[in-house]
Amino acid sequence: MKSVVCVKLVPSSDAKVVVEDGQVTWGDAPQVINPWDEYAVETAVRQQETLGGDVTVVSIGGENARDALKHALAMGCTQAILIADPALAGADSLSTARVLAAAIRKVGDVDAAFFGRQAIDGDVGVTAAQTARLLGWPSLTLVSTISQLDPGAKMIRVERSVEEGRQIVEGKLPAVVSVVKDIGEPRYPSFMGIRKASKADIPTWRLSDLGLQAPEPLVTWPEMINPPKREILTEIITGNSPQEIAEKLVDRILEEKVL
Amino acid sequence: MADKVWVYIDHSDGKAYPSSWEALGAGLILAEDLGGGVTAVVAGAKVKDVAEQAIQHGADEVLVAEDALLADYRAEAYASTLSQLAKQNQPEAILFPTTTRGREIAAMAAVDLNAGVMPDAVGLEVKNGGVEVTRPVYAGKLLSKAVSKARPQMITLRVRAYAAPEPDASRSGKITPVSISLNEAELPTKVIGYNQAEAGVSLTDAGVIVSGGRGVSNNPSLTPPAGMDEKQAEIWRAQQGFKMIGELAEVLGAAVGASRAAVDAGYIPYEHQVGQTGKVVAPNLYIACGISGAIQHQAGMRTSKMIVAINKDPEAPVFKMARFGVVGDLHTIVPALTEAFRKRLGR
Repeated sequence: MKSVVCVKLVPSSDAKVVVEDGQVTWGDAPQVINPWDEYAVETAVRQQETLGGDVTVVSIGGENARDALKHALAMGCTQAILIADPALAGADSLSTARVLAAAIRKVGDVDAAFFGRQAIDGDVGVTAAQTARLLGWPSLTLVSTISQLDPGAKMIRVERSVEEGRQIVEGKLPAVVSVVKDIGEPRYPSFMGIRKASKADIPTWRLSDLGLQAPEPLVTWPEMINPPKREILTEIITGNSPQEIAEKLVDRILEEKVL
Repeated sequence: MADKVWVYIDHSDGKAYPSSWEALGAGLILAEDLGGGVTAVVAGAKVKDVAEQAIQHGADEVLVAEDALLADYRAEAYASTLSQLAKQNQPEAILFPTTTRGREIAAMAAVDLNAGVMPDAVGLEVKNGGVEVTRPVYAGKLLSKAVSKARPQMITLRVRAYAAPEPDASRSGKITPVSISLNEAELPTKVIGYNQAEAGVSLTDAGVIVSGGRGVSNNPSLTPPAGMDEKQAEIWRAQQGFKMIGELAEVLGAAVGASRAAVDAGYIPYEHQVGQTGKVVAPNLYIACGISGAIQHQAGMRTSKMIVAINKDPEAPVFKMARFGVVGDLHTIVPALTEAFRKRLGR
């Protein structure tokens, strides 16, 4: 079993993100591996523990993206690759997917590529599906359970978490799999894992290593803004009994005609 | 032939998602500025009824792709269907509801069409002949403007950002069956079946949501059945609490939500989780019971029209977002609220 897992470095979910002078800033809040990607790493590592083989973790970003890669190595990935190129600044989702597809091809003989459902910075959530489309592999997104994975027979059966419930799908390998929370809690990196990761040699690939030109993004972000402040006047409802409070509250809710 | 503005109508087994009509509503607004009408695209095995409904909701034309290979939803087949139609007709923009399918079909068709995808739009504005999309990023902590220089512009609309037009049964429009080329041998997946979700109101489409947090489990007046260990007793208590929340939801025709803490503690399945790592919702009324309102939870519900908070901790952050708050024990307030709504609404 040979797999790739794609991860991204993002400001942590409790960071206070604001726009100041037109620039996005999160103060001194730490950047971490995208929380959804931890689930993807966990999935890839579990498959490797059951089936053997190796897991390559890949990230596009600057030098600091090594932190996300090291976290994934500490969780049990076999090797890491940083894809860094100044020409990737401002890359949109399709450019990103093209780079990842090329990287997955370059790793070679991959049975499955794992992704988190979305990155919590841009919240676009299309990279897995687009990478699958570019590779011509099945796109198995929002997977909550992998019920079967057989690299020998080149097949995978998963449950996808969709509006109607769980869709059970079978696909051919190689496949792209994006995972949701139900797949299983990510492990904490072990002490040994952290030591191994700190010593790991992480090669950098440039676009030229992937045979790619500088991408020309189709989607651009002309402006980021702070959302308008919502002036909420909170009214605390009090009363002598739960019944009295409930009746007052119902009156007030009905007056504002939200039902 | 077909208009500049297209709307992809998402459905499950021939039953359209309400958010598809919201996307159609957004399409009609966009068409006022871009010119022409709105063409709806409906794909599936048996979707004539959905096509008729699209006309009633304001579409001028509906492209109907019916094919036995579209009986089950498979991303590859649906994306190919849409991209074939778009290549033939060259629309300026294709709008989708932000359902799991809408996002994925937009993503994959965009690869085929070399187009840009802008998901989760909460605002659309025509500028220089193109659509400038406003979309939340960083879990709604910021808003980003986004534009695509490629055509078609692929845009998914965040649920409840736009109103669905009232259906008009007397409206007429053109229903155009289209043929597409799909080949089973080229489709890399097979749908084996579904494990249905439990019946109930869908969270993302819900107009009213009643949510429970950790506080749901600490009703001191309940005595768990004998023989349970501490964790089992806690979950049993929480389940009784969610039953009570479910009763309030039923009276209001509401969906049941939950905080991450409640889901992580095993009180209720993940499908119910509202927040940054769960579902993003925007109901008219969101009643938070025993939820403190951590920033991750706020990310999933902050755009609700009205938030009502019931919590025994007066310092809980949720009160800062709430229009109405009750500082008290949800185990006595919620049943009283159910009774009061039942009386007033005659249900």
